[in-house]
Amino acid sequence: MTATTHAPAETDYEIVIGLEVHTQLLTHSKMFCPCAADYADDAPNSHVCMICMGMPGVLPVVNQQAVEYTLMTGLALHCSIPELSKFDRKNYFYPDLPKGYQISQFDLPFCQDGYLEVEVEGALKRIGVTRAHLEEDTGRLLHRTDAYGTGFSLVDLNRAGIPLLEIVSEPDMRTAEEARLYMQKLRSILVYLGVSSGRMEEGSLRCDANISVRPRGQKKLGTKTEIKNMNSFRAVQRALEFEAARQIEVLRAGGRIIQETRGWVEAKGITVSQRTKEEANDYRYFPEPDLPPVHITRAWIEEIRAKMPELPDARRERFISDYGLSPYDAAVLTDDRAWADFFETTVASVTTGDPTTRAKSVANWVTGDLARLLNAHGQEIVTSKLTPAGLAGLVNALDAGTISGKQAKELLERAFATGEQPADIIAREGIAQVSDVGALETVARDIIAANPKAVEDYHKGKGAAVQFLIGQVMRQTKGSAKPDIIQPILVRLLDALKG
Amino acid sequence: MSISREEVQHIALLARLRLTDEEAERMRAQLSAILGHIAVLQEADVSDVPPSVSILPPIETFRADEAAPSLPPDELLANAPEREEDYLRVKAVLE
Ligand SMILES: [Zn+2]
Repeated sequence: MTATTHAPAETDYEIVIGLEVHTQLLTHSKMFCPCAADYADDAPNSHVCMICMGMPGVLPVVNQQAVEYTLMTGLALHCSIPELSKFDRKNYFYPDLPKGYQISQFDLPFCQDGYLEVEVEGALKRIGVTRAHLEEDTGRLLHRTDAYGTGFSLVDLNRAGIPLLEIVSEPDMRTAEEARLYMQKLRSILVYLGVSSGRMEEGSLRCDANISVRPRGQKKLGTKTEIKNMNSFRAVQRALEFEAARQIEVLRAGGRIIQETRGWVEAKGITVSQRTKEEANDYRYFPEPDLPPVHITRAWIEEIRAKMPELPDARRERFISDYGLSPYDAAVLTDDRAWADFFETTVASVTTGDPTTRAKSVANWVTGDLARLLNAHGQEIVTSKLTPAGLAGLVNALDAGTISGKQAKELLERAFATGEQPADIIAREGIAQVSDVGALETVARDIIAANPKAVEDYHKGKGAAVQFLIGQVMRQTKGSAKPDIIQPILVRLLDALKG
Repeated sequence: MSISREEVQHIALLARLRLTDEEAERMRAQLSAILGHIAVLQEADVSDVPPSVSILPPIETFRADEAAPSLPPDELLANAPEREEDYLRVKAVLE
């Protein structure tokens, strides 16, 4: 996906990174009220009720699905799930937080002490997950300026109260690349589980980082900074590479690192200090008095475990063992659940060849031509007009020798653009490759016999007559035979007649 | 049990209250007295009582994840101090 750019870490400093990832959960309704959670592109404040508006006297009610998604994520991340959990209030004032506090979890989160594994330079590295807890998202602020140049802000509370899962890692990452790999793996898992859309650019999946550096061999952690505003995997890696280099430079020059929040400025490729809220981190957490504590029964955990889908690592291994794919192809195809689903559905519909050839062929089409077209048109595989059934029909026709490789590529592009089934196009337009020289010869003889005038012209030295005859053969074969194959056959037959 | 004037001012700031020196001193005395009263609880012997996170019994069932209509914006924003179209309008806040 993203290539490692430059490695900022000189050997005398070690980089220490931990990530805080937030994802909105794909529930139908909000965390504590029944407002619809799918607010994308809807009019401002059209999904808000008295509860998520924070009116006095209203009571929150916990969304079961949000808890279930949280527990499912915890299980996928090998977390322990305590039997007793609770919600707490995190108090601060900001206009995007209508109640003046956020319902979150403080000392009894749903999930604790897990890990996930990433592959770094061919070896598996385990990154600890400290905790995963459930909270509610805040509203959105738009900053404007009036006619007199005075700034003001507009508040849209559609997002306020959307279930938000926060996943906190241990400070286990040692390079910016590891941080990106962790983020990609986590996204992959969340999307496989169906709990998150995984869209970083749209902000449904967000990532903040804590980063510090220390002289190699030193036990004590250096002073950390918190990096925000990284809206893509690439941004995560670039921002952390920049920040590590910046910190090392400051220390080398004899300076010291100030503990602060810094924002990544994508266009400039730098992190800049953000105005720190003086009272930050004085959130005065206390147990949410409006919600009873939560008992997570072991039966529920087992129920959730039983309905968990196959996860990316397991699927990758299966693609290698069952389909005989290369580790590389298997990794590319399983990184995104939608791609893996597309691949498997297609393979299941291909009828020709042995299973391994079939899989290899489909993998090549998906990671090659289809990936290129999706990329060029900025489309996603789930909304691709070329369906698994369509691709399977194409592969079947190609393997059967009905169409040539070149025709297959053209058909793929047409199917991708129009959504027509390649098999239908083949049937309707009579596209079929006539590569059988014997069959072509029969057609050519018929054409010669039916066109004595053209034959005579040819024998008189009129070269154009051959073009006419080629055209006749092509018409007869509905364009499936190419002129460069027909020409030598015709010439041979005509010359033999003259002989 | 007593708290300092600085602590009172810090708490006031967190609550977005501006206190004069006189008010801060009055609050300091009152809050100290309240804390003193509450501190009586520390004398109770709870060595036989298991720790608890809430006075409410834990729940095992929750709200089903079903969406229902929200309030119409006009009703929702009826009491908004300032409004612009269907947004709430507030003083400038910058990240
Ligand atoms: Zn609501």
